[in-house]
Amino acid sequence: MTDEETPFDPDQSVGFVETQFATLFEPPNELVLESGAKLGPVTVAYETYGELSPEKDNAIFICHALTGDAHVAGWHDSKDRKPGWWEDFVGPGKGLDTNRYFVICANVLAGCKGTTGPMSIDPATGKPYAMAFPFITVGDMVAVHAELVRYLGVERLLAVVGGSLGGMQVLDWVARYPEQMRAAVCLASAAKLSAQGIAFNVVGRRAILSDPKFKNGEYYGEPEGPRYGLALARMVAHITYLSEVSFEDKFGRKLQQGDRFQYDLEKETEFQVGSYLHYQGKRFVERFDANSYLCLTHAMDYFDLAESYGSLEEALGRTDARFLLSSYTSDWLFPSSQSQELVSALLNRQRNVTYVELESSKGHDAFLLEIDPLQKMITPFLEQTRAAD
Amino acid sequence: MATKRFSLPDPQAAVTDELLMKHIERGSRVIDLGCGDGRLLQRLRDEHGCSVQGVELDLDQLLACVGRGVPVLRADLDRRLDEIPNDAFDYAVLSQTLQQLRHPTKILTEVVRVAKRALVVVPNFGHWRVRHQVMWHGRAPVTSELPYEWYNTPNLHFMSMTDFRDLAERLNIEIVRELPIIGRFAYERAWLANLRAESLLYLLERKDVAS
Repeated sequence: MTDEETPFDPDQSVGFVETQFATLFEPPNELVLESGAKLGPVTVAYETYGELSPEKDNAIFICHALTGDAHVAGWHDSKDRKPGWWEDFVGPGKGLDTNRYFVICANVLAGCKGTTGPMSIDPATGKPYAMAFPFITVGDMVAVHAELVRYLGVERLLAVVGGSLGGMQVLDWVARYPEQMRAAVCLASAAKLSAQGIAFNVVGRRAILSDPKFKNGEYYGEPEGPRYGLALARMVAHITYLSEVSFEDKFGRKLQQGDRFQYDLEKETEFQVGSYLHYQGKRFVERFDANSYLCLTHAMDYFDLAESYGSLEEALGRTDARFLLSSYTSDWLFPSSQSQELVSALLNRQRNVTYVELESSKGHDAFLLEIDPLQKMITPFLEQTRAAD
Repeated sequence: MATKRFSLPDPQAAVTDELLMKHIERGSRVIDLGCGDGRLLQRLRDEHGCSVQGVELDLDQLLACVGRGVPVLRADLDRRLDEIPNDAFDYAVLSQTLQQLRHPTKILTEVVRVAKRALVVVPNFGHWRVRHQVMWHGRAPVTSELPYEWYNTPNLHFMSMTDFRDLAERLNIEIVRELPIIGRFAYERAWLANLRAESLLYLLERKDVAS
């Protein structure tokens, strides 16, 4: 979620990669959504790294977070400003070691990075779905990923890995297809979003919906979409990904220019922290779609694992997969207490669970940034999982 | 440093592990609080077919557990272990850890909450050599095998067999068995146990469970 520059080093990276596309759920075998609506065909954008073993026992699926995409690692071309979003964690010799594992990641349903979403053309009308795109849930995203895994010839994944909204997908996957994985890795996540978390999403959506250029979502033919609303949504959300300490460490009260106040009521980027948030908002608009943002944040708000399956025990107790959970001390969006609820439910059902609360000042984003402890945990965890019967 | 000074048993001594294994039925569900690198749990899993769970605060030790395939939770035993449900385990193990915690009463209450039975191993500071050392040399009991002095030892509390019995009574915990550990062996009964035992192995239950 945070922009971090990583220099290109082909030996330490999966190198150049290409996004691939699969068409699934072609009529008459449409995807039946949790709402009961049918959707099909569904295009899925995905990337894979490493080789599938002859036994097909080394596949790992990564579920990306709210605004992520299928491009986890490597570069699309030499002009890319940045590599994939989890470059430090996925690659040869890294936490998810592509010399040993076949790693898959796909853009989520309702996303805007190649998988069918509100920007896609509705075959019924020949125009983008926009607001006509059906309401989707975390479970619907998982249903599409699970089908993609089968399409790639993998019956059982070694692990499903995800953080934040990706972690919610992991939890739902375990409940929905309990036999499809041998391990579930759920980082900085929860069985439901807290009221505080929903509150920030509410503000973000308000910003988009009240932008005059939103036009009820029918802005695709327009020269400009609701970029101010979407940028503002991102600025608000970005605050929730950091912590008080990380703001202090990164910016303090430092000013953007000089060391004197400008006494200009309209100046928005006087403080460095303001300039940073504006920059984050601006970059986000270049790469994300407002309708998609509405769909995905709704899916996140509606996600409630216990509600969907009766209880957390019911949801998590039906798999034999091993669990690896992590939380971060300064993460107030997905606090440790929410991971501990998952641990309780897993212990109640005598599941195999490893849970680690890691010290970090980096807030929710820690799961993307604190790579070293994560790598140290996941490497032996995956080895042990693969070695077990 | 005087080499003759009384040594506490190594918390990870194979002797203690052997004793604990003898008192845990095959196929039980076991949680080890302060499990270190998970070697006891690995043996219980591999040799006794137990279903195991570790709890450890130190990250390096915890990673060693992961490397053994032992599931482990990172938790501070001085705080409440709310994520562990009541009676989730057949046995809780607390081996040579109690004396190192800031709040021994809290953890004792927790061990009998999370499991039906608890196996607690504690050093006995009533041992004659400790008494001798304090009495005749005026030196506090510390471990000579480990590089600790009184001011940096991990052992925060010094209790004897008699003290432990008092505390169990106060916490409404039933002492089902009390086995003095002398040398390499645990005895059902020992003459002058509070003077002779280096450590004690207790089998505990909540009084409401025991009755």
